[in-house]
Amino acid sequence: MHIVVCVKQVPDTKIIKINPKTNTLDRRSAPAILNPYDAHAVQEAVKIKEKTGGTISVLSMGPPQATAVIKKSIEIGADRGYLISDRAFAGADTLATSYALSKALERINKELPVDMVICGKHAIDGDTGQVGPGIARRMDIPPVTNVIEVTEVNQKEKTVLIKRKLTNGYELIQSEIPCLLTVEKEINGIEYSPMPNMIRAARYEPIIWAVSDLEKVERTQLGLKGSPTIVGKMFTPPRPEGGKRLEGPADEQVKQLMDVLMEKKDLLSIQSSK
Amino acid sequence: MNLDDYRGVWVFIEQNERNIEGVSLELLGAGRKLADKLEVPLAGFLLGHEIKSVANQVISYGADEVYLVDHPVLKQYRTESYMQGVMLLARKYKPEIILYGATPNGKDLASAVATDLSTGLTADTTMLDVDVTNRLLEASRPAFGGNIMATILCKKHRPQMATVRPKVMKALDPDSARVGKIIEEKIDLKEEDMRTKVLQIVNDVTKKVSIADAHVIVCGGKGMGDLQNFQLIHELADTIGASVGGTRDVVEAGWLPHEQQVGQTGETVTPKIYFAIGISGAIQHVVGMKNSEFIIAINKDPNAPIFDVATYGIVGDALEIVPKLIEQFKQLRTEKGGEMSYA
Ligand SMILES: Cc1cc2nc3c(=O)[nH]c(=O)nc-3n(C[C@H](O)[C@H](O)[C@H](O)COP(=O)(O)OP(=O)(O)OC[C@H]3O[C@@H](n4cnc5c(N)ncnc54)[C@H](O)[C@@H]3O)c2cc1C
Ligand SMILES: Nc1ncnc2c1ncn2[C@@H]1O[C@H](COP(=O)(O)O)[C@@H](O)[C@H]1O
Repeated sequence: MHIVVCVKQVPDTKIIKINPKTNTLDRRSAPAILNPYDAHAVQEAVKIKEKTGGTISVLSMGPPQATAVIKKSIEIGADRGYLISDRAFAGADTLATSYALSKALERINKELPVDMVICGKHAIDGDTGQVGPGIARRMDIPPVTNVIEVTEVNQKEKTVLIKRKLTNGYELIQSEIPCLLTVEKEINGIEYSPMPNMIRAARYEPIIWAVSDLEKVERTQLGLKGSPTIVGKMFTPPRPEGGKRLEGPADEQVKQLMDVLMEKKDLLSIQSSK
Repeated sequence: MNLDDYRGVWVFIEQNERNIEGVSLELLGAGRKLADKLEVPLAGFLLGHEIKSVANQVISYGADEVYLVDHPVLKQYRTESYMQGVMLLARKYKPEIILYGATPNGKDLASAVATDLSTGLTADTTMLDVDVTNRLLEASRPAFGGNIMATILCKKHRPQMATVRPKVMKALDPDSARVGKIIEEKIDLKEEDMRTKVLQIVNDVTKKVSIADAHVIVCGGKGMGDLQNFQLIHELADTIGASVGGTRDVVEAGWLPHEQQVGQTGETVTPKIYFAIGISGAIQHVVGMKNSEFIIAINKDPNAPIFDVATYGIVGDALEIVPKLIEQFKQLRTEKGGEMSYA
């Protein structure tokens, strides 16, 4: 089994703070991390490999600093890491991103045929969830999104059994291999990295490719040029007035609120249990 | 690509056993406005097996046309087969705009179709409009960059596509007298060609009432301080028979499972009463709850943006106020000897 996991470096939105004056992001406050969903994707690859054996590669597109998320993936248990990094990739929307990643996957596939690609459900900085299915289309392999369990991998038959989350419940899907999965967080818990992985990660040097290292790339499909969507304008939504505001002693506030709620019989009423 | 070859506003009608997803009906409502501004027909398109009976419903909710692709292979949603259906329709009829609900299947389908049509797709939109002069779809969503919205445009490619959050648009009242055109399209699909199979669909009945359907929600934020204080949120909810929600920060802290997160990356909710307690009111949270009927905010910071959307704001310490509220409600219940109920 050769599994390739796509991993993205994102600002940590948990820590990132919004400047209350300008209403914009305070970038200095945000350390860059491995997209949390992608950490689960790597962990799932590790779990699959424990059963099937094989190789786990990780692939990222980003600036040179993004090697950090590749090292992090090695800690979790990946075997090798590729970073595609080039000015020409900058400003890519999801269409251009899936194009660039699929070109890198083509080269990886030549080195060692790929059986499965795993992506996160979405990246927490943009939350689109569009890159995974895009890669699957470009590689012409079936995508299975919102995966909550990889139930069985049958290498002989070249099939996988997968639980896919739906709005109310889940479905059990059988897919041919190769295929592409995008995973939810509940698929697994991230385990503590064993010491040897940590040491390997610290020393690991990812393979870095520029556009010129990839074959048959249409430059017009890369980066900003290859992105059909653009940000037209940014705006602060009109601030609604807000309603009544209560200040003062807590008892008084609570009493007033209760009075209002009791008046709103159409919203809430107390029914006698008989 | 000649952009003028593309005309019409289309909505993907997601159905499951002939039941139409709520968001598809909401999109017909939103699409109606866009189509009227652009002076073009509004179409719903529908894939599945034995689904003809659904077409009239689509018309009653505002469509002028319904495109139908009916085939046994389309019985259950699968990216592979559904996208072939959509590609067939989109290539033949060339709509200028296609909207999909931001459901697991809607997002999956739209992402695949956008790749093959090599066009732009805006994810999880919460506001829709059109620039009539340039016939541009203006799809807006909260931006990663503060309390701001970004409008995403797709100028040079058609169709312009967006997925739209459930429950932020309004469906029209159905009008069974409306007439429209039903166009059936043949498709050639073979089960043997499919690389995926749906073996089983399991509806999770054990799951508690999902907060998306709750009438009353008590939602707590990071301002509750810690997991122990957060129990006050559960206690208030239990007392009044409400469901519990949380902000993303609360979910990240592990105080609640992700299913209970309200907002851009969680659920969109429209209950009758929404308590926002210890919540700052970041845009990603607000887009998920601002259509609630009656919003009560409790926050100790008088400048918290949550007060801008609150019908009723209490400036104060939640740890002091919530226990008093619980006490009041409990007292009311004993006095009247009954349960809370909601109209
Ligand atoms: C791409 C992206 C997607 C996101 N999606 C979501 C989403 O779906 N849902 C979501 O909720 N967020 C989402 N967020 C996060 C969002 O931007 C905010 O960070 C988050 O909503 C803040 O949560 P909070 O209000 O609980 O915490 P805080 O912002 O820390 O606010 C806590 C509030 O509690 C008040 N407070 C403190 N102590 C007390 C007290 N004792 N009594 C009363 N009030 C008190 C404070 O004044 C403050 O206003 C997303 C962010 C990004 C970047
Ligand atoms: N620049 C990138 N490099 C590697 N993988 C990416 C990149 N962008 C997106 N992905 C993958 O696609 C998934 C979905 O991202 P998105 O569509 O941006 O929400 C992520 O969880 C990653 O697995």
